[in-house]
Amino acid sequence: MAPSGSNNEQSGQTGIMSLRWWIVGIGIVWLLNAWLPELISPYFFQIIVLAGINVILSVSLNLVNGFTGQFSMGHAGFMSVGGYLSAFITTSLVASHPELMNDPVAGVVIFAISLIMGGIAATAVGYIVGLPSLRLRGDYLAIVTLGFGEIIRVIFLNTNAVGGARGLSGITKFTTFGAVYTAALITVFCIWRVVHSAHGRILVSIREDEIASTAMGVNTTEGKVRAFAMGAFFAGVAGGLFAHYLTTLNPGTFDFNRSFEVIIMVVLGGMGSISGSVVAAIMLTVLKEALRPLQQLTGVDLRMVIYSLVLIIMMLARPKGIFGTSEICDLFREKLSRRGKHPDGGSA
Amino acid sequence: MAEFAQYIINGLSQGGTYALIALGYTMVFGILQLINFAHGEVFMLGAFTGLYTSKYAGLAILGTFNRLLTGSAETASTGAAILTAIVIILVAMCVCAAVGFCVERLAYRPLRASPRINLLITAVGVSLFFQNAGQLLFGSDPKAFPDLFENLEPWTFGADENLIVINPLQVFVFITAITLMLILRHVIFHTRLGRAMRAVSFNHDLASLMGIPTNQIIAATFMMGSSLAGAAGVMVGMTYPKVEPLMGSLPGLKAFCAAVLGGIGNVTGAVLGSFILGLAEALLSGYGTPTYKDALAFTILILILLVKPSGLLGVNRTEKV
Amino acid sequence: MFLKNIFISLTFAGAASASPLFADTIKIGEVGSMTGSEATFGVSTHEGIQLAIKEQNAKGGIKGKKVELISLDDQGKPEEAAIATTKLISQDKVTAILGEVSSSRSLAMAPIAQQNKIPMVSPSSTNPKVTEVGDYIFRVCFIDPFQGAVMAKFAAETLKVKKVAILRDVKSDYSVGLSDYFTAAFKKSGGEIVVDQSYSSGEVDFNSQLTSIRAKKPDAIFVPGYYTEVGLIAKQARKLGIKVPLMGGDGWDSDKLYEIGGKALNNTFFSNHYSKDDQAPAVQNFVKNYKSAYNRSPDGLAAMGYDAAVILFAAIEKTKTGTNAEIRAELAKIKEFQAVTGKITIDEKRNASKPAVVLEVKDGKFLYKSTVNP
Repeated sequence: MAPSGSNNEQSGQTGIMSLRWWIVGIGIVWLLNAWLPELISPYFFQIIVLAGINVILSVSLNLVNGFTGQFSMGHAGFMSVGGYLSAFITTSLVASHPELMNDPVAGVVIFAISLIMGGIAATAVGYIVGLPSLRLRGDYLAIVTLGFGEIIRVIFLNTNAVGGARGLSGITKFTTFGAVYTAALITVFCIWRVVHSAHGRILVSIREDEIASTAMGVNTTEGKVRAFAMGAFFAGVAGGLFAHYLTTLNPGTFDFNRSFEVIIMVVLGGMGSISGSVVAAIMLTVLKEALRPLQQLTGVDLRMVIYSLVLIIMMLARPKGIFGTSEICDLFREKLSRRGKHPDGGSA
Repeated sequence: MAEFAQYIINGLSQGGTYALIALGYTMVFGILQLINFAHGEVFMLGAFTGLYTSKYAGLAILGTFNRLLTGSAETASTGAAILTAIVIILVAMCVCAAVGFCVERLAYRPLRASPRINLLITAVGVSLFFQNAGQLLFGSDPKAFPDLFENLEPWTFGADENLIVINPLQVFVFITAITLMLILRHVIFHTRLGRAMRAVSFNHDLASLMGIPTNQIIAATFMMGSSLAGAAGVMVGMTYPKVEPLMGSLPGLKAFCAAVLGGIGNVTGAVLGSFILGLAEALLSGYGTPTYKDALAFTILILILLVKPSGLLGVNRTEKV
Repeated sequence: MFLKNIFISLTFAGAASASPLFADTIKIGEVGSMTGSEATFGVSTHEGIQLAIKEQNAKGGIKGKKVELISLDDQGKPEEAAIATTKLISQDKVTAILGEVSSSRSLAMAPIAQQNKIPMVSPSSTNPKVTEVGDYIFRVCFIDPFQGAVMAKFAAETLKVKKVAILRDVKSDYSVGLSDYFTAAFKKSGGEIVVDQSYSSGEVDFNSQLTSIRAKKPDAIFVPGYYTEVGLIAKQARKLGIKVPLMGGDGWDSDKLYEIGGKALNNTFFSNHYSKDDQAPAVQNFVKNYKSAYNRSPDGLAAMGYDAAVILFAAIEKTKTGTNAEIRAELAKIKEFQAVTGKITIDEKRNASKPAVVLEVKDGKFLYKSTVNP
């Protein structure tokens, strides 16, 4: 069961979830942004940045799949909408006003605006995709979202303004470690606050029993569509970060395999656990690289085979994922209360 | 006019392929309410089984049948080719039934009591596993399916502008799809096994209270569904002689869309939906923009789910508390 | 193991561009799609590169040093290609990078190679934008505008056709690019494109597209796809009674083409880099050695992988100390280099300029028709 209750609500306001800690966190991120590239090899730096993007994707998908219990398989679609729109905005701005590039502040502002625009566009699409969920549930919804993802991909494939099959290239590399992790922190913060609010409990009630929840007077439709739209917003932002990191986009990048990848992260971390999603996203991004020596050893790339086996075995052995529906700090709290201490006061 | 007729023929033949896959899909969904994502991969395994059987044993089988029918192993006859094709299809069906049984036993049965989402995720996992293991096992390059019907000329009607061409293999696929649908209908509605399947599909717990061995029935359904996918794989391999490890995923998804269109869990609906989808794709390619062809199946799926979620021939089931 | 890697990288961070000739071996990195939906192209290229490395080492390596190939899989994903490139540069400290087949992934890799000033040679990325990324990025294949023009010229002058239909693979940047440039060039020479149809790679049924093409009665059909689909397209076209010639690009070059398409491929033509019947020793040795190493004949991508590696070796061989800047300079100076896929000259835009040959498919053989100079 979900750890919903007054305990969490309190800790949401007084503990690690209070705003000032997050501002401090963002400060640390920007300090690291200046130092980290000097400190570690570009390879690990790149893995860390991509892990951050994956964190945004998996936490935002967790809101839909984990907390609301709606199985979305179209996250790559939202990501591509955000990615393409923000990349389109910056590339056309840079092309029409090249002088903007010389001003770092203008660059950052344009980038931030383009990310938000991308997120808003993805939200709009998420809203449209969310509408069918008024009538559908479970497997049907899964395949419809997958279908939407594919439709979005085909549309980009046929849009010449963003290059069609040839893709959009020459995107300015705006994405930095700081940008990614700021966005990741904001994502985790927003989604944490949402799921630990009254809205969040509506979402959890939809997951636990939609019919009962309707009977209790909850507007489940609204809850579901909101969850979809919000998940899509952050996926769109992640897409924008991804586009400005890779500097090139191609519709093929956003096929349903990418959605599956994010799903694996959410499932592995635990559907309904934000920290689980964070941990799993980082773990899987790192694992992918850690398994590279195996490829060099055996000569064949076994990574995807291992991934799919992990997914199956996980479902068989521990279907609730690493953390289930609890969070890392819950585990701490449990430990403390077992020792006989009072769990109050934001132990982390 | 001839052009239009040709589109209809193309659409029906493409629909036949979808129908073969959709039949298995709809059976499994009907009994477990599970989108068996791995179904497309079983289809791929069927195609590979057929490929290797005909590569290594095809000539021997063909020779035997030729000798039986014409008295000489060298004289080619269409009858012998058809019989060989049927043997190869049977081999693939057996292998795929075994695969289906293993998948059900190892991956799906342990999860039967858990939420349906978990089953769905496992199905995605199994599908990914087969895709990637298939690439390692068979190699990722496309393989050419041996041509059994080399001497078979297409049937043509009219000439030049009004030429209408029918490929006998397409007719073979079409007839097989319809026949299998009729057999399945018979099994489901007129046999004890079918009655048990319907009961399990309606309610697992009640069915087992009535003394129906639910596990065996579900396993049997899976094996039937998978063997259908295997047959589909071989027939697609024969008609479109190119086999590769990733060939199953998109046709699988499209076939599922077709099954939903016709009313999921309903074998007649699956075939009907497949033909509609096939025709729609053919007409879109012919008169519209084929670049959107991949999106068509999903668009139809979304529309039908919004307008009539139970599909064309489906019955509405209300969910009770 | 992983932690140790991190430690090493922490200690030696930032020392990426030391002169490589101080090492015992020369490390060459390769990024390719060894798995995923485009694996078949990546694997062919990989085999060609491996063969080149084996032969070079048998000859005693470069400047007495063995060549070591570090190949990483990118699963056909651009971000994986980017990570793999960074790993090759910062962890494995490669001298140069070979890859990628597809332009979309080369475009993700090129900025990283350029930023680190590591020469990168792409075997078969045809999008003109790839080498525009910077002066360290090269390619050994044709670019789309040239190959499109070659086939347009062939269609207009040799086949003498006026009305051409196009059947393009809308999912592939290669096919889309080639179609666009073919259309432009063919229209310029007075021809007419009667219909522009499309499919997406992975499909198997092209009957409807072909029926609609048949209705427009073209004199020839241009199908600039990969051999994975073209065999089926040819087969279905002939079954539908389309007898006009089919034309294509270097994506056709594979034995699989005939295995799948069979006799339907008679009366089809495609542009390629070389003809296997070319008696030049470079070609004959390559075909022979490839057959003995992998037990099948090389396809076009294998030949390009081989050439990318060979040209890179030649450039490294010519340098004095083997620094990246020197290799880059030598690569840019490559002129009339007799490679498998023709006499390659690297032009000022770092593209390979070499003649194209047009081949005719006849009963499983690729017969030489004509040569078109750039």
